[in-house]
Amino acid sequence: MSDAAAKPDVSVADIFREFLVIGATSFGNIVPYLRNSLVVKRRWIDDDGFIELMSISETVPGLNAANIAVLLGDRLRGLAGSTAALVGVCLPGALVMYMAGIAYHIHGERPIVTAMLKGVAAASTGLVLATIVQLGQKSLTYISDFLFVVVTVVAVNRLHQSVPRVLLSVGLIAVLWYRPRQKSAQRNP
Amino acid sequence: MKQLPALARVFAYVSLLTVGGGMAAFPELKTLTVDVHKWLTLQQLIHLYSVGQLAPGPKMMMVVPIGEWVAGVAGAVVVLLAFFGPTAVLTLIVGRVWNRLAEWPWKTSIQKGLAPVSIGLMLAGSLTVAKGAVTDWITATVALGALVILLLRSVSPAILVLGGAVVGALVFLPQ
Repeated sequence: MSDAAAKPDVSVADIFREFLVIGATSFGNIVPYLRNSLVVKRRWIDDDGFIELMSISETVPGLNAANIAVLLGDRLRGLAGSTAALVGVCLPGALVMYMAGIAYHIHGERPIVTAMLKGVAAASTGLVLATIVQLGQKSLTYISDFLFVVVTVVAVNRLHQSVPRVLLSVGLIAVLWYRPRQKSAQRNP
Repeated sequence: MKQLPALARVFAYVSLLTVGGGMAAFPELKTLTVDVHKWLTLQQLIHLYSVGQLAPGPKMMMVVPIGEWVAGVAGAVVVLLAFFGPTAVLTLIVGRVWNRLAEWPWKTSIQKGLAPVSIGLMLAGSLTVAKGAVTDWITATVALGALVILLLRSVSPAILVLGGAVVGALVFLPQ
């Protein structure tokens, strides 16, 4: 790695502890928590570096938080750091959901639980849509972008095509659409 | 126990489709866990996903209870490893070669092209959820309310989910 900045002296245990805390205390969008902890508080990476990790995370499969943990852990302490970060960030939520799953199995049929879950599911739907709208505001620029969004949604929800098929076909067309160009680097909106 | 290989296969496969976010893989997750393997109902899947919004850390920890229901602790562990392992290895490799790709012109093309498709996939996933979660005007109001509040104010999403629980308890509880 051609990292110009000197790597801070961080132990694998430090990495595990920090990511465990993030994994236990972050609610909703986890990215601001990661940035606050890793860039502002610990200074394990600077803002540019963090943005780079974000863009790698968004390009490869996997949840962003997990991917950032893997990438930063690797840069700090190689494979061991990477594993420590990933386990740390996942463990608290996994334990919470493990117990929630058991509780749901026992009490899920009670009228009060069913009633509450109906409201929870509806609110969560709004939550996910808000995340997508915010993401869209950030990364959809051209008419072609919106077109690719629409084609993807129609292919999955209306034409009932499988996700991998859509990802490969529409994804390939979109990548080719934005193929490297010699003359005009910028495409008109 | 004999379900463990199926769990590993399904969740490793689904994890590779989470481009941009966990929601992108939801339609495939639904098809495999609900329709093909019948591990749970669509309603249960949506409930787990929604409750997962209240858990800390990366979203999609709702995969853990699915593993637990099917094969106990072993199922939960297998699902976790399958869901996070393969993508972690992939990310590790891409992360290590990323700097060498800096000059590669197709890198930008891939990022630019994948961005709208991953947003489309996440939208498709959330519409799959919405179909099961938004069933009348009350749930529609709660969903729309949460959406608008989040876009206009910086509120903790957990508060809104809890608010949804309160509304649900008040409105849907049979008297």
